[in-house]
Formats: sequence, structure tokens, C-alpha cells
Amino acid sequence: MTQAEIEIQMLAVVVAAACALPGAFLVLRKMAMMSDAISHAILPGIVAAFFLTHNLNSPLLILAAAGTGVFAVLLVELLMSTERVREDAAIGLVFPVLFSVGVLLIARYAGDVHLDADAVLLGEPAFAPFDRLVALGRDIGPRALYAMGAVGLANVAFVALFYKELKIAAFDAGLAATLGFAPTLIHYGLMTSVSITAVAAFDAVGSILVVALMVAPPAAAYLLTDRLRDMILLSVGLGVVAAVAGFQAARLLDVSIAGAMASAAGAVFAIVWLAAPRYGVLAGRRRRRRQKWEFAEKMLAIHLFNHEGLPEEDTERRVGHLEEHLSWERDFARRVVRRAQSNGLVRQANDDLLALTPKGRAAASEAITNL
Amino acid sequence: MEHLFSDYTLRMVALGSAVLGVVSGGLGTYAVLRGQSLLGDAISHAALPGVALAFLLTGSKTPLALMIGAALAGWLATLWILSVTETTRIKYDSMLALTLSVFFGAGLVLLTWIRQRAGASQAGLDTFLFGQASSLVWRDVVAMAIPGGGALALMLLFWKELKLLAFDPEYGRTLGLPMRRVDLLLTALLVVAIVIGLQTVGVVLMSAMIVAPAAAGRQWTDVLWKMVLLSAGFGAAGGVTGAMLSSLETGLPTGPLIVLCMGAIVAGSLFFAPNRGLLGQRLRRRRNAGRFQRETVLLDLYALGMQHADPLRPHPQGAVQAMRAKDLPVDRLLMRLNKEGLVRRAAGGWGLTDAGLRHAETLRKERQ
Repeated sequence: MTQAEIEIQMLAVVVAAACALPGAFLVLRKMAMMSDAISHAILPGIVAAFFLTHNLNSPLLILAAAGTGVFAVLLVELLMSTERVREDAAIGLVFPVLFSVGVLLIARYAGDVHLDADAVLLGEPAFAPFDRLVALGRDIGPRALYAMGAVGLANVAFVALFYKELKIAAFDAGLAATLGFAPTLIHYGLMTSVSITAVAAFDAVGSILVVALMVAPPAAAYLLTDRLRDMILLSVGLGVVAAVAGFQAARLLDVSIAGAMASAAGAVFAIVWLAAPRYGVLAGRRRRRRQKWEFAEKMLAIHLFNHEGLPEEDTERRVGHLEEHLSWERDFARRVVRRAQSNGLVRQANDDLLALTPKGRAAASEAITNL
Repeated sequence: MEHLFSDYTLRMVALGSAVLGVVSGGLGTYAVLRGQSLLGDAISHAALPGVALAFLLTGSKTPLALMIGAALAGWLATLWILSVTETTRIKYDSMLALTLSVFFGAGLVLLTWIRQRAGASQAGLDTFLFGQASSLVWRDVVAMAIPGGGALALMLLFWKELKLLAFDPEYGRTLGLPMRRVDLLLTALLVVAIVIGLQTVGVVLMSAMIVAPAAAGRQWTDVLWKMVLLSAGFGAAGGVTGAMLSSLETGLPTGPLIVLCMGAIVAGSLFFAPNRGLLGQRLRRRRNAGRFQRETVLLDLYALGMQHADPLRPHPQGAVQAMRAKDLPVDRLLMRLNKEGLVRRAAGGWGLTDAGLRHAETLRKERQ
């Protein structure tokens, strides 16, 4: 990789990590679509602040535009408080309107702003290495990397300082309120963090792909663990994986870097969705299949147990009889018997006759008492 | 206004926007009622890779080919959202956000891939981001009207089923209706409504076309067919107004103006709708509060009179005021009651009239 490519890769990794931190809480709090709303709603803020600063990485622009993001959240909540529209409709109304204001501002003052709605929407990290930060007369790297790094550190500080508050507000908002944790404050803190991150990152990855980096890695992590701390760390890790895989794929195929990173984040999620050890689709299917057999074996044991030592026992013990009594298909019945035998629950005496082993008897009586 | 009839481009843009507004407004009604307003956003973003793939495979930019590609991608995205939320503990909102951004990212990858290979011939695909209403020609309007009209016709055909789906799917199931299939049908209709709008307002703003007209229509009525009609009407009105505004000055994009018009319609409906409107609600509350205060004063006067075993006996205003907090404007309330003929000015102050007595006795019973 060239120097510029290394810098882009570093930027991508920092963006992904910074996005994953607030993203984990958005996913847990069922507010993932807020990231979409905020990342669109910041456009008018970016345009207005760009008039003043003429620099997309200026801290002033980042703060001013982030203010628009928080304003959008306020608007959504104001709309909801009228009880005339539901949350989803409120979000669906607010962000297109604010985004439209931004596009119109750009169109109206196109001559004065060297800013393009495409660029805001799509982002292009490839330009980042051209804008250098010079300190004490020395070039110390791309300005975007420092801006994003600062935002990332701010997110780390936010999550670390308010970990307990964020955790309790995410899992039990009612309890958080009773314990005096000021859930509103935490809520707006999180929204501010999302807004600042979205503003800082749109330049690199665009406002739609910020959403991918905020939601896909935490959603994947959510399928891998039940612990908040692990989920946050995994989110960051998976985000970084997506950033590296995405950028390398983009370099190889010469396609949009931001698009490739979002696709990679989607691919990471899809893989986890399929293969996650406990909550994945395949694991779920395997578990259901295993439960089906286990249940059938238990049924067999209970059936034999119920008729043990009774006059009809000899009829009931026959494998052929299971079809009739438990309405099993012949093949299925045979397979259940085979499995139960190999698990040591029953043994087959001569002539097709089944008998419970002591282990099978114990299992059956336990299953009955548990009923 | 005469522009609308003389200028071919403007006529096409206005007509296209009106068609789009009617279709998305009508079908958006169901999305909003079912709390799926943001599904439209996910579908419209997810359509991008479909557009790119359709171009890549057919090499043509005819609206129909691109629309079919967009529709398939949008449909696939919806199925993915459904299957993930059904098979895992991932929530609906996470899947919406994830799907819209990931599909959009994949679309971007495909567009840049096409750009390097096909060179300039892909120009025009980018317009799907923001839409380009000003480029609409008669052929495009027809290409929007046919699938859009078909979707509306299907909506009418399955009116009963869709209504059940929106309000009480469980009941529909007990009637033996295949509600899951009805759900998929509605999603398909929504996909059609979105796909025909992509060329006009673009993927980003399409969600507003679904949500805004229906959110506005909802304020005016509690009856489904009225809401569908109103939403379609609002959609058309917003579309045409936005298109006309954008013709006032060169370089004003149509999509955002349509969205802002829609936003204005929603805001207007929220405030001024007769029953649910916020303004009407405030007036009503104020009126009720005033009436309640007057009734309180009337009852006080009655209670004072009863202490003397003569409900009609007048009392000085100070005595009435003394029964309530100081900030209750007893003087004004008494004047108003006087005007209503319920109290009269007498030698000792204020007393109930015969009508006032009857009213006070009814109220006393009611408030018990």
C-alpha cells in the first residue's frame, strides 16, 4: 500500500470504531433508525456552517452541524408529543424535510459553496489524504484522521464515563428514572454523540454509510454475546474488520470505498446471522432438529415406561406398534429407536421387542414428574 | 399558472409528480397505519443496487428495465428484513437501518464499477439518488402511471383484506384469510409505489412521499377510504405545487421542493384539521375550562343559597369569591353567566335565576 492508502485505511478503521460505540446503544435501545434520521438531518447544518468556516473538518462546523442533528431529534420528539403521529412516521417526516432544506440551500447558493449533496450523501475517503494537518511547520497527517480520532476518543470517553448510566437506560429506562439517572440527559448525550460522529464521518464515508457502520457491526455483535461490555468491544472489532475488508476490496476492484465498507459491514452481519453459535440461523435450526429427536426419544421412553409390567406390555413394546400408538411414520419410528438405543435409553430384545434400560427408566420417570 | 398549460416540460413534471403523489399517498396510508412508515425508506435505498444491476445486465436505461431491477431489489430487501427479524432477536428498526445502508452501499459499489467500465454511458443512473423530475417526458409519465395504476387497482380489489391487515390481522386470520400473503401483497404494492418515484424524487426523499401525505390525511378523518382519498389528494397537491415552485427559478431541484410542500401540508393538517387539529384542540380545551369555571361559580352560588334554605337568595360577589382561589376571575364569570341568563344582579349581590337553579340542580346530580 502507498502512504496515501495506509492513511485512508487508518481513517476507515477509526471511522468504523468511532461509529460502533454509539451504534451499540442505538441497536439496544431500538433507535437504529435515529442514526439514519440524524445523518440526513445534519445536511442543512453542514451547509450553513460551511458558509462560515469553509472547512469541512473544522471543529466549529462539526459542532454546529451536530446541533442540527440534535435539533432533528427534538423535532421528532415534539411531533410525537402531539400524539398525532407515531414515532416511525415522525422520523419519516422530519429527516426528509431537513435534508431537503439542505439540498435547496446547496442548489440556491451553488456558486458560493463548493459542496455537493452527492458528496455529503456518498462521502469519499480517497480525498482525505490531500487535506493535511500541519503543526509547528511539520506535516503530521491528514486532517480528517485527527478530526475523526478526536471524535472517536470523545465517544470512548462518553461510553466509559457514563457506562453504568447508558447500560441501565438501555435495558430498563424505568429503573434508570427511579434511581435518578436522568434518562433524558443520557438520551440526549447519546444523540449528541451520534450527531457529532455522523458529522465527522460523513466526509469520509457519507451520511448513508455512516448508518451501516453504526448499525451493522453492533447488530452482528448482538447475536454473538449477552454481555454489554463484550458487545461493545465486538462491535468495534467487527467494524474494524469491515473497514479493512471493505477498503481492500475497493482497492482491488477500484470501486467506491465507502460503498465497499458498507457492503463489507453487511457481509459481516450476514455471516454472523448465519453462523453465530447461539443466536444464528443455522444454530437455531440445529437446535430445533436436536430438540425434535430428543423429544421423540423421551416420548418413546415414557410410552414404554407407562406400559411396563402391564398385561398389554408385549404388544406395546413392539417397534411396529409405535406407528399406531404414537402416530409416527415407520421410518421415523425406526430412527427414533436407533437413536434411543445408541443413547442407552432402550435396548432391543429379540423379535422386535423393546425394553427400557435403567437409564431410560430414570429419564422417563423424570420427564413425567417434570410435566 | 398558464405555465402549466404552455410549457411541455413543466406539464410533464407536474403530471408525473401528481401521478406519483396519488400512488404513494394512497398506498402510504397503509404503511403509516401499520407503523411501517420507515419501510419505504429502506425499500427506496435498497432499490439502488437493483437499478445498477438492471443496467449492467440489460445495458439499457429504459425506465421499465430499471424499475423492474429496483423493484426486485426492494422486494428482496424486505424479505431479508422479515426473515432476519423472524429468525433472530435482531429488532425491526435495526434491520431497517442495516438493510437500507448496506444495500445502498452495494448499489454504490455497482455504480462505481459500471462507471469505470461503461464510461459515460451510465450517466443518468446517478439521478436515482436525488431524482431528476425536470427530465421527465411523456414516456416516463406513462411508465409511472401504468404500474402505479395497477397497484392502486389491486389495492381496490383487495380492499377488505388490506383493511383487515391494517387494523386487525388477528381477526383476519380467524376468518381464514391468508394474512401473511396479504402482507406480502401490500409490501409488493408499496415497492411499486416507491419504484415509480425514484426517478422523480430519488431514493433519499422517497420515504417522505410515502409518509407525509398519509400522515396529513390521517388528521382529517377516522375512516379508511376517506383517508386513502385524502392522502392521494395531498400527494398530488404536494407534487404539483413542488413541481411548479421549482420552475420559478432555474436550478431549483424538484424533489426537495415537493418534500417541503408535503411537510407544509402535514404541518397545516396537524394544526388546522377539524377534530384532531392542535388548534381546534386548544380552543376546545379553553372553552371547556371556561365552562367548567362558570359551572363551579354557579354551583357555589347554589350552595350558598342552600345554606339559607333559599337557593335563589342573592349573595355579594365577595362571598362567592371567598369560596375559591383568588385567581378565579369570579367577576367575569358572573357577568358571562348573567349574559347566559343563569344569574341575575339583585339587591344583595348576585342570585340564581330560575333557569340557573334548574341548571345548577342538574349539574349537582351530574357531578355526584
